[in-house]
Amino acid sequence: MNAIGIDIENVTVAYHGKVALHSASLQLQSGSICGLVGMNGAGKSTLFKAIMGFVKPATGRILVNGLPIHKAQKTNIVAYVPQSEEVDWNFPVSVADVVMMGRYGYMNILRIPGSRDKQAVRESLERVQMSDLRDRQIGELSGGQKKRTFFARALAQQAQVLLLDEPFAGVDVKTEKMLIDLLLQLRERGHTILISTHDLASIKTFCDRVVLINRSILAYGNTSDVFTPENIARAFDNSLGDLSSVTSQLNGKNRDIK
Amino acid sequence: MDLINWLVAPLQYEFMVKAIFVSALVGMVCAALSCYMTLKGWSLMGDAVSHAVLPGVAVAYMLNIPLAIGAFVFGVGSVIAIGFIKAQTRIKEDTVIGLVFTGFFALGLVLISKVRSSIDLTHILFGNVLGIADGDIVQTVIISGITLVILAILRKDLMLFCFDSTHARSIGLNTTFLYYVLLSLLSLTAVAALQTVGIILVVAMLVTPGATAYLLSDRFDVMMLIAMASGIFSSVMGTYISYHIDGSTGGCIVVLQTLLFLVAMIFAPKHGLLAKSREDRSITAADGKQLEK
Repeated sequence: MNAIGIDIENVTVAYHGKVALHSASLQLQSGSICGLVGMNGAGKSTLFKAIMGFVKPATGRILVNGLPIHKAQKTNIVAYVPQSEEVDWNFPVSVADVVMMGRYGYMNILRIPGSRDKQAVRESLERVQMSDLRDRQIGELSGGQKKRTFFARALAQQAQVLLLDEPFAGVDVKTEKMLIDLLLQLRERGHTILISTHDLASIKTFCDRVVLINRSILAYGNTSDVFTPENIARAFDNSLGDLSSVTSQLNGKNRDIK
Repeated sequence: MDLINWLVAPLQYEFMVKAIFVSALVGMVCAALSCYMTLKGWSLMGDAVSHAVLPGVAVAYMLNIPLAIGAFVFGVGSVIAIGFIKAQTRIKEDTVIGLVFTGFFALGLVLISKVRSSIDLTHILFGNVLGIADGDIVQTVIISGITLVILAILRKDLMLFCFDSTHARSIGLNTTFLYYVLLSLLSLTAVAALQTVGIILVVAMLVTPGATAYLLSDRFDVMMLIAMASGIFSSVMGTYISYHIDGSTGGCIVVLQTLLFLVAMIFAPKHGLLAKSREDRSITAADGKQLEK
């Protein structure tokens, strides 16, 4: 339970001499869900890219389940659920094709699915209630169904560490609740989950931990300790307006998710 | 039985048999690759690489090495040059592509004009499949074989690379390797197709069948089969037509491909213009009914 899923130590990332993320340190325990909160351009995507090994930090080191990222990827430890805008929805693939892509890392070079792969795809589709739509081309799905498809791919990948980029953007209430339920189940099984979101109100309902980020890590810890109006105002450079409105946003529409 | 005669009569000439065989093979290989080009949005890249191989062809002639090697070096080299200039300057990518490939192409023209005795420029620019030499046929067969084997093995990895390279990387696939594989195949097939339709029209072979198939299917594998079938059909029929009308072979092949595309664009069951207007009408009709209620 106390194993470290994502271990970030003193990581600085710069693009063309501009620092996007300064001296970030962070330890996410296995079996926890951590919300990543910050403005656009605060370094959320940069942090994801650094964890995924897509950008090389200028300083520091990152370990995933105790392994350097490139070793971790070879053993299917990390799954990434992209933002909807990053996907080419006209691509000629079906829902089941996309979910099967989560299994490629388990297959031989020709990527011919075996019975275990097919079973994993079937089960993942059932868990997100997309079995009926398995042969649908992905462009013909609703926003929530699209998200569920890519979430099912992460489930099929059976990764220990999940990174989700804005999973609730443009998603219906039913899908949001389903995804949160699934995330809570994964947490029970000891998965490490890092999730970036703009939906401040829902964070308290399912994130045990929160990271506030604004080009460096402003605060990190238990949600109840860190997620204060003062801290949030710092993360957003006070651009959310006066503190009272932030407070009311936090307290006003708490949704209970059991 | 005019049609049978139309099809069989040309086969009494050995050069026609060779031409049909080579153009069908090239049509099939280019069509397979064209699926990746259209899905990855690499049409302009295909145009660039196919033009940039010209100096490679000239240098290979001068050094007396296989054309494919020279073309390969300059094709990949042009893309490296594009990547370097884009990264180091503030110039936008399409401008960089435009200036690099025309620069390479112009260099090729200069080189070929100095070694004209051994190469006929018009054959390289516009193809000469009806007069193809046996050595070139061997080269085309080897290139096609290599390309088809690599595509057969890496088919799904390349598809994933085109669809979602982030996921490809996150499961440990080497996307840099896949990028250069696709690029290398592009350079190689550009050389193969050069004999058939010439440098200027190579890009049509590498784009049109994929675009046609993309309108006709929502399944990658089906798209691949449709593209290859349309590539082979256009190549074979184009060669016949060019024989009968005594016109440019490359031109006939590409015109046929374009016609197939236009037919698909209008009549495709789901993504065609007619289907779309039917859909719009039924939506409008449904809306109208709703309003009446």
